[in-house]
Amino acid sequence: MQPLLEVKNLCVEFAMRSQVLRALRDVSFTIGKGERLGLVGESGAGKTLTGFSILNLISKPGYISGGSILFEGRDLAELTIEQIRDIRGNRISMIFQDPMMTLNPVLTIRTQMVETIKAHQKISDKEAEKIALDKLQRVYIPSPEKRLDQYPHELSGGMRQRIVIAISLLTNPGLIIADEPTTALDVTIQAEIMDLLLELCRDEDMGLLLITHDLAVVSEVTQKIAVMYAGRIVEMGPTRDVVDHPEHPYTRGLIAALPQSCDQGQRLLQIPGIMPSLANLPSGCSFHPRCELCQDICKREVPVLETKASGRHVACFMVK
Amino acid sequence: MAEQTNDTPLLQVRNVTKHFDISGGLLDQLKWKEGKMRRVRTLVKAVNGVTFRILPGETLSVVGESGCGKSTLGRAIMRIHRPTSGEVIYRGKRVDNLSSHDMKPYRRKMQMVFQDPYASLNPRMTVRQILEEPVRFHNPGMSRDEVKEHVLHTLKQVGLDPDWNNQFPHEFSGGQRQRISIARALVLDPEFIVADEPIAALDVSIQAQILNLLMDMQQKRDLTYLFISHDLSVVEHISTRVAVMYLGHLCEVAPVKEIFNNPKHPYTQALLSAIPRLGGKKKSHIRLGGDVPTPINLPSGCVFHGRCRFADERCRQEMPPIVEHATGRVACHAVEEERI
Amino acid sequence: MQPTRSRWRRFRESFFLHDFLHDRLALTSFIVLVILLVLGLGAPFFAPSNPYDPSTYDLLNAEQPPAFMENGQAQFPLGTDAQGRDMYSTMLYGMRVSLIIGFGAVLMQAFIGIVVGLISGYFGGRLDSALMRLADVQLSFSTYMVAIFISAIFQAAFGVAMYEKIAIPLLILVIGFAEWPQYARTVRASVLAEKKKEYVEAARVIGLSKRRIMFRHILPNTLSPVFVISTIQVANAIMSEAALSFVGLGMPVTMPSLGSLINVGFEYIFSGSWWITLFPGIVLVVLVLVINLLGDWLRDYLNPKLYKG
Repeated sequence: MQPLLEVKNLCVEFAMRSQVLRALRDVSFTIGKGERLGLVGESGAGKTLTGFSILNLISKPGYISGGSILFEGRDLAELTIEQIRDIRGNRISMIFQDPMMTLNPVLTIRTQMVETIKAHQKISDKEAEKIALDKLQRVYIPSPEKRLDQYPHELSGGMRQRIVIAISLLTNPGLIIADEPTTALDVTIQAEIMDLLLELCRDEDMGLLLITHDLAVVSEVTQKIAVMYAGRIVEMGPTRDVVDHPEHPYTRGLIAALPQSCDQGQRLLQIPGIMPSLANLPSGCSFHPRCELCQDICKREVPVLETKASGRHVACFMVK
Repeated sequence: MAEQTNDTPLLQVRNVTKHFDISGGLLDQLKWKEGKMRRVRTLVKAVNGVTFRILPGETLSVVGESGCGKSTLGRAIMRIHRPTSGEVIYRGKRVDNLSSHDMKPYRRKMQMVFQDPYASLNPRMTVRQILEEPVRFHNPGMSRDEVKEHVLHTLKQVGLDPDWNNQFPHEFSGGQRQRISIARALVLDPEFIVADEPIAALDVSIQAQILNLLMDMQQKRDLTYLFISHDLSVVEHISTRVAVMYLGHLCEVAPVKEIFNNPKHPYTQALLSAIPRLGGKKKSHIRLGGDVPTPINLPSGCVFHGRCRFADERCRQEMPPIVEHATGRVACHAVEEERI
Repeated sequence: MQPTRSRWRRFRESFFLHDFLHDRLALTSFIVLVILLVLGLGAPFFAPSNPYDPSTYDLLNAEQPPAFMENGQAQFPLGTDAQGRDMYSTMLYGMRVSLIIGFGAVLMQAFIGIVVGLISGYFGGRLDSALMRLADVQLSFSTYMVAIFISAIFQAAFGVAMYEKIAIPLLILVIGFAEWPQYARTVRASVLAEKKKEYVEAARVIGLSKRRIMFRHILPNTLSPVFVISTIQVANAIMSEAALSFVGLGMPVTMPSLGSLINVGFEYIFSGSWWITLFPGIVLVVLVLVINLLGDWLRDYLNPKLYKG
């Protein structure tokens, strides 16, 4: 069966003053219908950019320089702005870290929700409002009728994010891209929002691309995980497997560095150094200066993401 | 139990309260009420009657969600804000009411590390200037070479190349800046450090580096930490004891094992159940209904009653005092009445 | 130990210089400004004659047209004014006066404004309200009104002869005092933003005095907007001086600035001597324009988020 979303060898470049920065290199992954994929990495790894390029939201000086993004049989990288607008917010919804990226501070929730529906469907205000109410109930917002007349600033952060999720559900999308949806929220609220997302994806058979730096959050919500480092996917596989038995040295380091992975009060295992900037990527494998398994080949050649003996996709020469 | 040893506490916080007046100018304060013009002040009750003590060499973590007053508490102890009422006692001497001049010797002993590595270093000063300033200020008699030597030594200790000392902060990565920030706190050889979310703004792999540095320094220099954080897995890792705050009130204080294995206060329980766990071995999250009330209009009685599963009439009326238990202190009627 | 990079190298490799050298408009403006500054401030070296010395000019040479015109004389490249002074020399001296007043007034505005803004922003509360109301009051008088008022009093009190001697400092004072609130407000706004940052709290935790925190830590971080408004304010001050001189309340004819030259020349336009007013006018416009263009570039550089509309 054809997957819902298939990203193949996606490359994104930024044309800067003195050089071209390769921000994404050969990023490939698929999301099936109703499948949940977590995209994990540190800041600057290119995970947000991946989400943005799927919806063609990259602005100059960035551009997609290669690869394809197949969604429901169409290549999004080839579409015009008008065609993509038809998909954006309709078949694919996006949830940002800051709910105020989506919400307009000077309009009531009602106006924003009704307008969103009417942008994609020809229905009356009454019907649109009914859908809006229905979706607000769907995300467990108490007294939804009252919320419709409120402005975003009258609501708490967690409530705003719920409204954003409700808005993203309005058009019954096939895929939701959630970019750090809970990073700005408190733990108790984060847990509630994540539970909600998980429940919605299961019930509505929606695909989810969850972009986050938090491995623990990903491990609770997604089925597949893709770890990014310096613009490449370095490891991809079923979430449980990757978390329990990481194979790529970077993933291993990342998991070992979590306080949960070692005894209380003991020194944490740390990856030395920092992620290189795009402007001066090391030769060969981008991770080699920080890698304990580094050999000569790692300094010379770039490892590609390939299926290893375990069935996992790993981009590393040292993993058999 | 740490709480009951005879060690003299390094720092005692007694009934500290901090309210901020946000009512603005006189004209903004005038409100029409019951047919009369009245002057109404708007107070943000950030910290309300918090009492605890810190023993030498331990790490006390203060946890809670944003807006619970944990940062304000840290700043009140450091005298960045003067507490509205209550006492801060350092080695038996009350320090919250000292003049800036009398405070000076305590400034050497108590230092702070801040959350945002981008805002906590003056962008117009080189690393060397940033680190030399406190040393010169507190040791006017020290020669130039001694100051330099001391600064370079501290830089090396926090894992920075001393050759970088003429660079400006923006030339460093977030993790390195946080090291500079820690060096600035350590350069005065303090005994006590308030660390306000020191790793919250950093990437996962860098978090581990900074956390290790903080633990190493504690060992090498016999430091005592007040560690303010919202990240419970980090808190579990490094603390001796944990204090949980909600809406400016202390809910529970207990040794770290007790808090994580046997949380008593309903809020602590909810908070702990919400930690995302690696591997998805998932206990169901305790759902807290509703939102955190604003610290401007605190609820009557127990501040948590609106979201608490165990709240009854008494909780709505009467504020629970924080009561000593076998393992720690808890402020909850339900725990006291053994309903939980 | 070796410093990693010298200040000069840091500057040479900075984006500032790179941006500047790749912006033709800014570079041209800068070159023109430097030429004008050198010519103006070095007037005694570059001017063929000294317009302040009555023995060097002759009323018989009055209203000579520029050299490139018919009847023009080679010794007066841009003609002469009504008193027979060489226009070129007079303009250089006039530009010097304009520049001194312009920069002097801005220095004074900046000094008052920065001190008031810092105190106001850092201490806040009642002091802040009082100082800002004072600034509002100051702004509600127009610059010209204040200037006209003060100069009129001075001219009446000390007589025109005495006025000549104190005209420059007086104009600096008048223009400087009229516009300090611009600085005070800008600095106060920056201080309010800066003092919330953690590095200020860190300085307090070290125990530094308020004065040291204000001047050593906060002030350097509020200077970029100050530089931007300074360029605009220099241009404004030069314009203000020209306007005051034009209405006869600025520099006297014996010690003319660009503004008073335009004013004097204006009377002779209808008798055909357009050069007396036109040349100083062009210099004034060019001077103000290049300063403003440089200011624009500086603003865009320091605040790239600002929409370049």
